[in-house]
Amino acid sequence: MADRLHLTGITKRYPGVVANDGVSLRVAAGEIHAVLGENGAGKSTLMKVIYGAVRPDAGEIRIDGEAVRVRNPQDARRMGISMVFQHFSLFETVTVAENVWLGLDRSVSLAEVRGRVSAKAAEYGLALDPLRPVHTLSVGERQRVEIVRALLTDPRLLILDEPTSVLTPPAVERLFVTLRRLAASGCSILYISHKLDEIRTLCSACTVMRGGRVTGTVDPRQESNASLSRLMIGAEPPPLPPRPARAGPVALSVRGLSLPRPSPFGVDLQDVSFELRAGEVLGVAGVSGNGQQELLAALSGEDRRAPDAAIRLLGQPVGSASPGRRRDLGLHFVPEERLGRGAVPTLSLASNLLLTRRESLRTGGWIARGPLAGQAAAIIERFRVKASGPHAAARSLSGGNLQKFLMGREIDAVPKVLIVAQPTWGVDVGAAAQIHGALLGLREAGCAVLVVSEALDELFELADRLVVIARGRLSPTLERQHADIGRIGEWMSGLWAPAAATPQGAG
Amino acid sequence: MITLEARSEPSRLFAWLSPAIALAITAAVAGLLFVALGRDPVRGLSMFLLEPLNGARAVSEVALKATPLILCALGLALCFRSNVWNIGAEGQFLLGAITGGGLALWFTARGIPTHPWAFFPLAIVAGALGGMCWAGLVALLRDRFNANEILVSLMLVYVANLLLAWLVFGPWKDPQGFNFPQTMSFAAETALPQIARGLRTHWGLAVALLAALAIWVFLFRTFGGYQLQVGGLAPAAARYAGFSSRRALWTALLVSGGLAGVAGAFEATGPMGQLTPYAATGYGFTAIIVAFVGRLHPMGCVLGSVLLSMFLIGGELSQSRLGLPSALAGVFQGVLLFALLACDTLIRYRVRWRAAVPAGAAPG
Repeated sequence: MADRLHLTGITKRYPGVVANDGVSLRVAAGEIHAVLGENGAGKSTLMKVIYGAVRPDAGEIRIDGEAVRVRNPQDARRMGISMVFQHFSLFETVTVAENVWLGLDRSVSLAEVRGRVSAKAAEYGLALDPLRPVHTLSVGERQRVEIVRALLTDPRLLILDEPTSVLTPPAVERLFVTLRRLAASGCSILYISHKLDEIRTLCSACTVMRGGRVTGTVDPRQESNASLSRLMIGAEPPPLPPRPARAGPVALSVRGLSLPRPSPFGVDLQDVSFELRAGEVLGVAGVSGNGQQELLAALSGEDRRAPDAAIRLLGQPVGSASPGRRRDLGLHFVPEERLGRGAVPTLSLASNLLLTRRESLRTGGWIARGPLAGQAAAIIERFRVKASGPHAAARSLSGGNLQKFLMGREIDAVPKVLIVAQPTWGVDVGAAAQIHGALLGLREAGCAVLVVSEALDELFELADRLVVIARGRLSPTLERQHADIGRIGEWMSGLWAPAAATPQGAG
Repeated sequence: MITLEARSEPSRLFAWLSPAIALAITAAVAGLLFVALGRDPVRGLSMFLLEPLNGARAVSEVALKATPLILCALGLALCFRSNVWNIGAEGQFLLGAITGGGLALWFTARGIPTHPWAFFPLAIVAGALGGMCWAGLVALLRDRFNANEILVSLMLVYVANLLLAWLVFGPWKDPQGFNFPQTMSFAAETALPQIARGLRTHWGLAVALLAALAIWVFLFRTFGGYQLQVGGLAPAAARYAGFSSRRALWTALLVSGGLAGVAGAFEATGPMGQLTPYAATGYGFTAIIVAFVGRLHPMGCVLGSVLLSMFLIGGELSQSRLGLPSALAGVFQGVLLFALLACDTLIRYRVRWRAAVPAGAAPG
C-alpha cells in the first residue's frame, strides 16, 4: 500500500535563506508522525508547502501514491489535507456552530452544521456545545473547535502545529486520546512540536529537521530525550576553550522573581533567580515562548509589576523602576522585535536615537537636530550600518543593518549591563559576526552582558555561563566548559533534576 | 477586475494627491446632487467653492468660521497623533463658551470697567480653563477607571449642552429678556477686538494661527511632542523607551480641551455676544474632519479649516439663493471624509487592472 503522504526533494528558497533543502518525508496511513526541530529549522515552511500556502521551487508531493500539485489551501482540503494552526482563527462574539459555518459552503444550513458539529465531537469524545459563544470557551475548548472544524472535512491527513503550546497538562492528555482514536480510524497525523517527551509518548515515527534539511527519521519510542535533542540541535561542537575568567562584582541580580502571565498566550514566571557579573556573558537558552519575553520585559522595565527587591541593578532595587530610570543606572536593552519596539518604523534613524539617548536634548526639551543627526551618523559609521544616512526611515533598512544600528545605539551609550534578545535573528553571517564581536568587546570592557537566544551555537560562542529557560522556570547554571548539547537540549524540555519530577503548568 | 497591490513604500505623491482627489470626488458628487435636485450644477458648485471667497466681507466670514475650526482641529490632531481618540471637542468648546461667556456676563452685570484688549487675554484664559476641565474629566476617567475615551468624550458633549441649557434657562437668564432662554447681551468692552472696522473677523484668528505654529514647534522640535508621537506610532516602542502613556494621555487631552475651550470663548464673546441654548454649532465635530483632511498636520489643519468653513458658508448660500437646505454642507463634509479615507488606500496600495485571475494563479 502506498504511503498516505510522500514528499521527495522539497526545496524552497527565500532571498538569502534556503528554508527547505531537498526535504523528503513519508507518512503511512493511520500513522502519527512527528516533525521535530528548533524554530527556524524549516518545519513551518514544509507544512505550508503541504497545505498549499507556499509553492515549493522543486520537489514532488504524492498523496496515496498519486503525484499532486497543491496550489492553495482549498486544493489541500479537497485532497483531504486539513491543518490546525497554533493561533486560532475564531470569531469570539458568535457561537461555535456559526464559526464552523463561516468556513463551509453556503449551501449548508446552520441547523445542519450544528448537528454535524455535535455528531463529530461525540464521535471523537470531544465535549463541545455548538451553541456556546466562543468568548466563553477556554483555550483548550477553542482548540477543540478548530479540531472539529478540521475533522468535518473528513481529512486523510491532519496537520497540527504545536497544538499543546497553549494547553494545560490534563487538556494535553485529552487531546492525545482524541488523536489516537483519529489515527486508529485511518487518518494520518503530522504532529509538529519541539517537546521531546510528548513526541515520545504520542508518535510512532519522527522526522527531525535542522537548518532546512532532514537530519534523521527515527522511532521516537526507541530514543532518549538526549539522543533526540542531539539530532535536533546538531553535532557536538568542538570542546570550548576555557576563557580567562574575568568576572567582576555582581551587576544584576534577580531573586525569586515570580509573575503571573500578562496575557492568555503568555507564560507565568516562576521563582526565577540568577546573578550576572561585570565582565561576563550569561546566555539564556530555550525554545521561544517559554518565558523569555516575560523575563525580558521584567528586566527592561516594560513590565513593572515585579517587587522592587526582586531585581537589583548594581545593588539598587529596581523591580518597579521605569525603563528610563534603569537606563540612567546603566542598564540598556536591545529587544527581539526591531521594528515597532526597538525602533519606530516610520521615523528616521536620528529620531529613533531619542528613544534611548538624551545627549542631543537641550534644556526645556528642545531637540538639537544638528547634533542629533551627527550622533546618528557617527553610530552609522562606527558600526558600518548600510543606510542612506541619519534621515533614512528605520523601516527602509534591512534587518541586519537595523540590528547593527540598534546595537550601536545601546553600545555607544557605554552600558554597565546590556541585555540582548536574539541578537542575530534574521541577520546575515557578516553582520552576525560583527555583532558577536561587539558583544565580546563589551565583555572585555567590563560590561555585564545577558544574551537571550534560541540559537545554541551563538550562545556557545558568546557565553561564559549558560542557563536554560523552560515553562517560565530557570535551570541551574552551567559553566561554559561543562555545557553539552545533549544536556541543554533535555533541559529545554523543562526536564532537569530535581524539578523534573514536578511538571508545571503548560508553557 | 481591479486588484490592490501593496506598495513597498508608502507613496509620497499620493499622500499629497489624496486630499485633492477626494475634493474632486466630492465636487463630482455635489454636481450630480445639484442635477438631481433640478439646479444648475455649475451655479451650485460656485456657491461652495467661489462665492465664499468673493469680496472682503465673504472672506471675512470664511475667516470667522475658520478660527474655531483651526483651534479645535489642532487639538484633535495632537490627540489623534498620540493615539488618544478625543471626539468630544464640541463639549470642550461649549464649556469654553460657558466660562468665557460667563466671565463676560459677570463683567457686564457688575458694570466692571474694562477694554476689549484688556478683556481679550482674560477670555482666552477663562475659555482654556473651561475646556481643560471638561477634557480633564475624560483623561481622569480613562486614567483612573480605564474608561473608553471615545465614548466618554462624546457623551460629555451632551452633558455640556444640558449644562448650558440649565444656565440660560435658569440662573443666567436675562431678567429683561421677556423670559427668552438667553443671557443679557455682553457689554461692548468685553467684545473681541476686530481686525477691520465693519468686518466680523476678530483677532482670535491671529491666536489660532499662532497656536498652529506653536503646535507645529511642539510636535516636531521638542522632546515632549516626540514622546507623544512615538506613543501613537508604535506603542511598544514607547513602552520600550519608557515614555509615560499616562502623561501622553493627559497632555493630549488638556491641550486639545484648552484649545477647544478658547474657540468656545471666542465664539461666545465674538460673533454671539450672549449665551443662548444654541451655542453648539458643530465646530467641534467638523474639526474631526478638518484634522483628517489636514493630515493631522498643523498647517494642514489651517488649510482644511478654510475649506470646511467655505462648505459651511456654501450651505447657507445655497439655502438663501438656491432654496436648498443648508444641511447640504453636512452631506458634502461627509462625502469629503469618506472619499479621503478611500483615497488614502492609494498611499499604501496601487490599483491594478487585470483580466480574470487564471485558475491556479492564486497567491502563494
